[in-house]
Amino acid sequence: MSINKYDFNEKSILKFDPNEHEIAIETKNLQVYYGNNHALFDGNLQFERYKITSLIGASGSGKSTYLRSLNRMNDNVAKVDGQIMYRGLDVNTSKINVYEMRKHIGMVFQRPNPFSKSIRENITFALKEQGLKNKQKLNEIVEQSLRDAAIWDEVKDDLDKSAWSLSGGQQQRLCIARTIAMKPDILLLDEPASALDPISTSKIEETLVELKKRYTIIIVTHNMQQASRISDYTAFFHLGHILEYDKTKHIFTVPKVTATNDYISGNFG
Amino acid sequence: MGTKLQNNIAIAVIRILAALVVLILVFLLGKILISGIPHISWHFLTAASQSFESGGGIGVQLFNSIYLLALTLIISFPISLGAGIFLSEYAPKNFLTAIVRMAIEVLSSLPSVVVGLFGFLLFVVQMKMGFSILSGAIALTFFNLPLLTRNIEESLRAIPDLQREAGMSLGLSKWKTVTKVILPEALPGIITGVVLGAGRVFGEAAALIYTAGQSATNIDFGDWNPFNSASPLNLFRPAETLAVHIWKINSEGVMPDAAAVSAGSSAVLIIAVLIFNLLARVLGNSLYHKLTATK
Repeated sequence: MSINKYDFNEKSILKFDPNEHEIAIETKNLQVYYGNNHALFDGNLQFERYKITSLIGASGSGKSTYLRSLNRMNDNVAKVDGQIMYRGLDVNTSKINVYEMRKHIGMVFQRPNPFSKSIRENITFALKEQGLKNKQKLNEIVEQSLRDAAIWDEVKDDLDKSAWSLSGGQQQRLCIARTIAMKPDILLLDEPASALDPISTSKIEETLVELKKRYTIIIVTHNMQQASRISDYTAFFHLGHILEYDKTKHIFTVPKVTATNDYISGNFG
Repeated sequence: MGTKLQNNIAIAVIRILAALVVLILVFLLGKILISGIPHISWHFLTAASQSFESGGGIGVQLFNSIYLLALTLIISFPISLGAGIFLSEYAPKNFLTAIVRMAIEVLSSLPSVVVGLFGFLLFVVQMKMGFSILSGAIALTFFNLPLLTRNIEESLRAIPDLQREAGMSLGLSKWKTVTKVILPEALPGIITGVVLGAGRVFGEAAALIYTAGQSATNIDFGDWNPFNSASPLNLFRPAETLAVHIWKINSEGVMPDAAAVSAGSSAVLIIAVLIFNLLARVLGNSLYHKLTATK
């Protein structure tokens, strides 16, 4: 199977009517360069608040690059041009305090990466560093975020055990709990289930669907079933170009762009 | 030749080589300990050394060695820690960093006698510090710094980037991430490096002969004011260490029991290094478990 040459001008990008949809974050003309390699072209996407948006596409299509640019995790790795509008503010400027910004836009990574600390400290560590000292308050946040990440019942008796004693799926939910303990607005997830077994994966998916009541979720996934199961909107990336963005059910039933159609029907990638 | 036979031959050769290494080590340690331990007694460990009569001890030298080691670590550890953190976490990948790395490597292959002579000219003569513990400690710092820096850098580097990303994504600054997440995880590696360095420093003679000096002045263990010249803690008194003592006895010792003192001192040196090793490991492990909540 070979990758067809697609016309990058053939694209269909959904635009929201700001009167009907609340936009949580939006990128305008985002360009990402790794050295001389132009890895992402003209990223123009809007993300609706309290919805799950999937970013799909083959490996190397730029979806992770795009996601990591949103909370400036690419700062020292790549050059990112363009605007990232969050609450009326362009966060892609040098004036922005990235540390403060990342508390609003949290991230969960592909491989579970809990700290080598106890389960409790994984949650409280960053909060304490911010100056939250009240024990009772901390305990409340630990319980609440572990409940939100649907892992409380499994770990409530072992809070002082090492996070590394958990299974991979539990570790990943702990990482989600750690991120939402910071009370972010937006949750970015970079293939959070790709290293997990199907049961852990479905637990993560259930968790995300529950979390979208209070968080805007943007998730990169290789798994098209996952995208169609949990997300409201889907964006299709191909070789650094965003070719189609629409409601998930449209993308997977009546895609408008040839490349999207080929990808979801398994003709490449 | 069959694959299986080939494999068996290779394994046999590797086993023989490994056994050879262990054998040499066991032989060396055994020889030193067997010939040395009979001479070790409380008197030997605490008494002052004798130049012309038998029955001298190594009390002062033993104390000097430990004091010098402690001083060296106090000076070199913070510098190495800073340099190691910089090289592993902050140094840009450019020409300057490459030069710094190369300088460290060159420094680490410098013969210790050269370090000693350099220390002699700079500290003892030029800066008029005389043969003193401080001169010795600074010379040993030069000797210890490159290895320790290298070790700390590598230990930090061995921690996956995922941990750094985790810290950053929670809004922690890079500095907080490094000091509160990466450093505790790297601790076992760092402690191993410190112990290895300490062993080298403890056994070092060549760099000290011209800096800390070869005379063990009598010190008064009842006087702990570092500003008194007879105080054990005085930084500016000459201080012959155990390793230098061994070297001196064997090259110009005239006491009747020189061979016995030398053997006993060697055994004490080795036992001391072993004890450091064990202590550092126990301490390091308990600290690591405390910081990382592992059992």
